[in-house]
Amino acid sequence: MDAKMIAQIMAVVIFIAMFVLIVLDKIEREYVTLGCGILTLGLVFGACLQDVGAIWRTLNIQGIFTVDFWYQISETGESGTGVNWATIIFIAGMMVMVEGMARVGFFRWLCMKIAKIVHFKTIPIFITFMIMSSILAMFIDSITVILFLAAVTVELAQLLKFNPVPMILAEVFCANLGGSATMCGDPPNIIIGTSLNYSFLDFVSNTGLIAAVSLVVVVIYYYFVFRKELKTPTGKVTVTEKDLDPSKAITDKTGFIVSSVIFLCAVVLLVTHAQTHLTVAFIGVFIAVVTLAAAGKEAVGLLKKVDYKTLLFFVGLFIVVCGLEETGILELIADFIKNVSGGNGYVMVAIILWVSAIASAVVDNIPFAATMVPVIKDLSLGGPAGFLAVLAWGLSMGTDIGGSATPIGASANVVGISVAGKAGHKIGWGRYCKSAIPATLLVVLLSMIIIFIRYGKGGCL
Amino acid sequence: MTDQIIVTISREFGSGGHEIAVKLAEKLGISMYDRNMLEEIAKEKNIDSEEFHSWDEKKGNPLLTRRIGEHTNSWEHHVANMQFDYLRERAAAGESFVAVGRCAETVLKDNKNLVSVFVLGDSEEKKRRVMECYHLDEAAAMTKMKRHDRTRKQYHNQYSDFKWGTSRGYDLCINSSKTGVEQCADLIEFYVKQRVKQAVY
Repeated sequence: MDAKMIAQIMAVVIFIAMFVLIVLDKIEREYVTLGCGILTLGLVFGACLQDVGAIWRTLNIQGIFTVDFWYQISETGESGTGVNWATIIFIAGMMVMVEGMARVGFFRWLCMKIAKIVHFKTIPIFITFMIMSSILAMFIDSITVILFLAAVTVELAQLLKFNPVPMILAEVFCANLGGSATMCGDPPNIIIGTSLNYSFLDFVSNTGLIAAVSLVVVVIYYYFVFRKELKTPTGKVTVTEKDLDPSKAITDKTGFIVSSVIFLCAVVLLVTHAQTHLTVAFIGVFIAVVTLAAAGKEAVGLLKKVDYKTLLFFVGLFIVVCGLEETGILELIADFIKNVSGGNGYVMVAIILWVSAIASAVVDNIPFAATMVPVIKDLSLGGPAGFLAVLAWGLSMGTDIGGSATPIGASANVVGISVAGKAGHKIGWGRYCKSAIPATLLVVLLSMIIIFIRYGKGGCL
Repeated sequence: MTDQIIVTISREFGSGGHEIAVKLAEKLGISMYDRNMLEEIAKEKNIDSEEFHSWDEKKGNPLLTRRIGEHTNSWEHHVANMQFDYLRERAAAGESFVAVGRCAETVLKDNKNLVSVFVLGDSEEKKRRVMECYHLDEAAAMTKMKRHDRTRKQYHNQYSDFKWGTSRGYDLCINSSKTGVEQCADLIEFYVKQRVKQAVY
């Protein structure tokens, strides 16, 4: 057995161990990925391959100090392998901005305002909250969206006497769907976008279109599934519209205005980043710096609230995936998919879409997406022009939507169920899957049909 | 210790820990909290208590649950936390009570008026008791005992920094098989009163 084969076995064992440990949840997931990352560097690259260059390529620190990392004028196509620092820096920046918005009561105000606009009527709240969930999740991480939306839903349910569970289930699905529409909506999209150098508009005009069509279908679907349950009151309503004032949610008026402006700036910067050449890493840092400057004395508090554990989780994860990439394992997976599909582009896209969806329903979609990016790069070699992009949209829709199928498939699902659970509303696997699995199948099928029609006609398949 | 008395009773299945807790609460003239907490919580939250009972004092299946920071989809965890909050609120309000199971000794460990007790029993005696209480044969009683103890252990160890039944985790460990339920309650009452006296003087 040669050194490369031993390295391959090591890389696979470490990767599987990482997945198993994440699923078992006995050890904090950032320790798992970092530990497995260190093992990859030491055992796979150090002991087996004895390749110092691979370690440097994996850590990819030198990339941060290039102009292209912050301001991209060259059309370099796909970025290199290694830790995707752009993703990590962007997510960190957005975390700071979101904490700043939450501090001043932005999300609670928005939810209450929309509820007020529809005169606190259950079915209109249900529909508008689904749409709002999708739109917010396009720019803000779905965990934050659901954290606030579900909390307000529970609160409104207590006051307006309706069962909050159907509404939370629909909001969770729509948050995951909204996240698939943009490059910054869901971590898998950030990974795909930064790794393959796709812009915000690339995502909006491709996955965004699929998500928009799907949203219409999903809103209709959830309306018919839950309308009876939502129309059945759980008690007598004793509050009036006047008792529910959205402005009470705002804790700091000046801060609220500043946060809203910063959020709008972030949206504009993201939408125009292909034209301005500012990278997502730059946008992340810029938004974080402006938020911290605006927060003044509260800046330290905001920094403390940043979820560093998730950022470390990403670092370890990228290293482990690099272990698979550098040892050629991902190439083997790509070859396997090519063989199974017989080189047919339609079959390849269908495999990527459905396998991503099914896998993301049971395991974390972030490691899955990070693993599959190099695989689709390999798959696209020798294919028609634009084939890589089609595979990327398939991967994006599969990982983002597949996670909606089960309670553990995506972070937003767990948070939504948790918010309901803390208020005493049980959402078990049966309750969750009964509505989510058909919705997931519907959207994945719809995605496949749209991809086939749109890109098949365009000669990309 | 002040006027407040909080006694937590952790127990092996079949040891009579629950009965001891009932008698102790009567002797001390204070409330007793066990699964009756769930009725109160359900009433507060305007929810059917049946949603709680099957998931009481259980650990969620790790393969079917996921944690994101402080959030989890484990219903068992939410049921446990609602009870923990209930106990904390009662303790913070200065109420005296006896709490059975529910990791109460860990949840209330910072309360200076806490007396934590673990009630164990001899296997044969526990088996006899389970056979009598649940009208089971020997094999079924043993299976039930093992299952319940395993579940309690898993539940406890998930939330506590010490292992279920480890003597160092409790103020008093007592074998109910040697004394019987009534005397066991008397002994705990004596111990609690001694602790109160020592605190006063």
